[in-house]
Amino acid sequence: MLLEIEDVSLLYGRIQALHGISLTVDEGEIVALIGANGAGKSTTMRAISGIRPVATGRIRFAGQDITKMRPDLRVRLGLCQAPEGRGIFPGMSVLENLDMGAYTRRDRAGVAADLARVLELFPRLAERAKQPGGTLSGGEQQMLAVGRALMSRPKLLLLDEPSMGLAPMLIQQIFSIITEINQQGTTILLVEQNAQQALARAHRAYVLETGRIVKSGIGAELLHDPAVKEAYLGVA
Amino acid sequence: MSGAAERIRSDWRSVGERWRRAPKWMRWAVLAAVVLFFYALPNKEFYQYLGPIPTTGSNFGQVLFTVSIYVLLAVGLNIVVGFAGLLDLGYFGFFAVGAYTVAVLTSPSSDLKTHWPWLAVVPLAVALTMISGISLGTPTLRLRGDYLAIVTLGFAEMIRIAATSSTFLKGQRGFNQIPHPPGEYADGKPVFGVLDARPYYWLVLTLIILVVFGVRNLTRSRVGRAWVSIREDEDAAQLMGVPTFKFKLWAFAAGAAIGGLAGALYAGKVNFVNSQNFELLNSIIILAAVILGGSGNIVGAIVGGGLVAYLIERFRGIELFGWELYEFRFLFFGVVLVVMMIFRPEGLIPNRRRAAEFKDRRKEVSVGG
Ligand SMILES: Nc1ncnc2c1ncn2[C@@H]1O[C@H](COP(=O)(O)OP(=O)(O)OP(=O)(O)O)[C@@H](O)[C@H]1O
Ligand SMILES: [Mg+2]
Repeated sequence: MLLEIEDVSLLYGRIQALHGISLTVDEGEIVALIGANGAGKSTTMRAISGIRPVATGRIRFAGQDITKMRPDLRVRLGLCQAPEGRGIFPGMSVLENLDMGAYTRRDRAGVAADLARVLELFPRLAERAKQPGGTLSGGEQQMLAVGRALMSRPKLLLLDEPSMGLAPMLIQQIFSIITEINQQGTTILLVEQNAQQALARAHRAYVLETGRIVKSGIGAELLHDPAVKEAYLGVA
Repeated sequence: MSGAAERIRSDWRSVGERWRRAPKWMRWAVLAAVVLFFYALPNKEFYQYLGPIPTTGSNFGQVLFTVSIYVLLAVGLNIVVGFAGLLDLGYFGFFAVGAYTVAVLTSPSSDLKTHWPWLAVVPLAVALTMISGISLGTPTLRLRGDYLAIVTLGFAEMIRIAATSSTFLKGQRGFNQIPHPPGEYADGKPVFGVLDARPYYWLVLTLIILVVFGVRNLTRSRVGRAWVSIREDEDAAQLMGVPTFKFKLWAFAAGAAIGGLAGALYAGKVNFVNSQNFELLNSIIILAAVILGGSGNIVGAIVGGGLVAYLIERFRGIELFGWELYEFRFLFFGVVLVVMMIFRPEGLIPNRRRAAEFKDRRKEVSVGG
């Protein structure tokens, strides 16, 4: 088990955003987390990456209890998140942004190889290498966020809505890239509004509703689950 | 935004572009000339040819010393505000800690009666300000948002009130006969005397150059990258594995240490320190100077600090329609700040990144609004 979340609750002040959720991610998997707006998907990601402390419960990663570990140390363990929306550094160029992704790494040769790989995955980023991140289009920023997270060479990649705000063509492309990254050996936990795509690509999936996990199962099976269909796929 | 403002912005930008594209030897030559100019500046043989630049109301060497202290403070505060993006409203408090450490340990009017030499106390003063910075930052820098601004404001006020009312710190009566820095000419006269302010100015100028080189190297290292990332997006910095708390604390402590150094230099020059030297306004002036010059850019901070301190002094002794201009210095200053915010919010000499961050924010505002 690469990631194991047990009975985690999280509070924003007095608002309880997570009510004791449990989920696991196995090595080599793509696991999707779907749910409506405000269900607590991003909050779950924040709990895993550590930028929000959990109130109760335990988080284990690669055999280690990381519940109380500082976020930067979790990155060093191999856990990296591409944040929701425009979580890139606006004043830094594309290359500098990617370089920040490798902040915890010292192996120069490995970093250079990963940079080449990321630029190959996202040729658009290569074209804009010197441009400040803040002047990229929304879709390009999204690619930059994913590429930057890859630069840490994570064992587990946390993606929070990588397809947000992308044109249909680009959505297809980003999901193919996610599959490709996974096939190259990176485990992925994927948060998505785009449930159709996410469930089709994921090995397993969890459905989150108002801070609780209400359903879980094989991705392709959930895709045909009537309740899921009605709530998240827009078909009755 | 109006067309005029846009045009002024792009004109300025092309100057910066040309500077960056100039060959290396040329930039070094310009830099050497500028440094030479400032070393020569306090000599009458030189400044008499500079028209209206030398001050009329007060001794020019004296003014230059004051200006150099402000520049050093601006360089220090720029690390905190400009590089790490932390709002410090009480920076002058660290200056006070530095000055008072020197006063208490060297002055014969101190209760401690240690009478230590000035030079021995300077490292101690710097260390102590750094420690006060760390103890102030440790509880506050873990929190996000405006706590730091409030706490630093409170800190500076606390120091001022302690200076005013504690018997140990002597209030208005203050500490006198603080020793000068050491050094003698061949004929036995001290280098750092009472009348001539120039040696003090040269000392501060030299220290500024050293500090600037140190800071510049720091900003080009991993430390600098970490600071920029924190300033631009603290959450994202954390997600990339930057130990944000540690680096914020470092920036805060480094800034504090430089403030303390400035205070120690100041005390060694004026040889009298009392509670009137540390008004809140001073903290605000330095902060405004950093923002005016272009926060996040070392040259910007130097220009901002120098310009603001110099202009304030320049107003002294000038009368217009029977009004002493000096009395209006802060009004003038406020107007300049407002104009700047309209035409050039990123400062006179902005950091390239910083300018992009501002553009990013402007875009957000126009999209969102
Ligand atoms: N910083 C915060 N302070 C207070 N409440 C918050 C904060 N962040 C999120 N919340 C609340 O917690 C709940 C879960 O938010 P979260 O961002 O995790 O939702 P989400 O599932 O990611 O939604 P979306 O699909 O819209 O991104 C929401 O009700 C939200 O209002
Ligand atoms: Mg979300």
